[in-house]
Amino acid sequence: MSPDTMAQHHGHDPAHHDGAGHGTLKGYLTGFILAVILTAIPFWLVMGEVFANPQVTAFAVMALAVVQVVVHMVYFLHMNSRSEGGWTMLALIFTLVVVAITLSGSLWVMYHLNANMMPMPHHDMRGIP
Amino acid sequence: MSAPTLHAATPAEEVAFYVTEEEHAHSGASTMLGFWIYLMSDCLIFAVLFACYGVYGRSYAAGPSGADLFDLPLVALNTAMLLFSSITYGFAMLEMERNRKGMTLLWLAVTGLFGAAFIYFELYEFAHLIAEGAGPQRSAFLSSFFTLVGTHGLHVTVGLVWLVTLMVQVANRGLGEDNKRRLMCLSLFWHFLDVIWIGVFSFVYLMGVLQ
Repeated sequence: MSPDTMAQHHGHDPAHHDGAGHGTLKGYLTGFILAVILTAIPFWLVMGEVFANPQVTAFAVMALAVVQVVVHMVYFLHMNSRSEGGWTMLALIFTLVVVAITLSGSLWVMYHLNANMMPMPHHDMRGIP
Repeated sequence: MSAPTLHAATPAEEVAFYVTEEEHAHSGASTMLGFWIYLMSDCLIFAVLFACYGVYGRSYAAGPSGADLFDLPLVALNTAMLLFSSITYGFAMLEMERNRKGMTLLWLAVTGLFGAAFIYFELYEFAHLIAEGAGPQRSAFLSSFFTLVGTHGLHVTVGLVWLVTLMVQVANRGLGEDNKRRLMCLSLFWHFLDVIWIGVFSFVYLMGVLQ
């Protein structure tokens, strides 16, 4: 690469140096259309009672929510592994790990706490507020 | 900027235990990363509230359940408001990059109206629930519901205050570097709240009606 093109590359678009992603009209519209579709499907699944088994519906709703979160992250929040030298992605991954531990840990522990609670005869409950 | 001197002080010079020079304020160089880390910490707040709702969400205390209370068409309308406000904020950012102040302000105003509509419908829903006797003190389910959804609503309200402040700033001072950086921070905040709302309508409202 000649020094001339190097200089051109460095001078090119200083706004991109801060590393924060910038959207394009196409990107925003793609994200919006995907978001509308991914919002409409779960509402339709629940309101139209499409599946007889609510477990299937619940699984589909949560799966679509995860996909929609990714769509918002990519098209609206402009997440990528290059912005801020990868530090935003690292912070995001760390947060997701903590969120996963918090959610699954809370549900797991509290479910077992409920399940293992000693059944109490009714007359013993009277003194307990 | 010179690094603080670490060599042993000769008797002649005074020992300094602090950096005497003023730190250079690199205006905005790391603002976006810092704001992102703030958003991640906010994400943890919501994770804890979601976990609370996950634990208490079925403790009705013989009161009404989500299937009895939630009005899905209203939630769908609310979701649409927030989604529209997200895309209009995106349009405002595109106009900002083209340095068109008037159009930026116009799209910001549209975003604000959608956000205000969202808050209006949410308050309407809350007032309706409380009037029915399903207030936050009714059951653990409703306490955690009001805390989670209310915290999100509070964030949107703060976002609206911030939006109006920035509109006044942009109207008075124009689209300078500082205002552009502030608008980009609010953009992250606003889209982040939309991401949290995906969790709310999926996990709280749709799953609540399913049971």
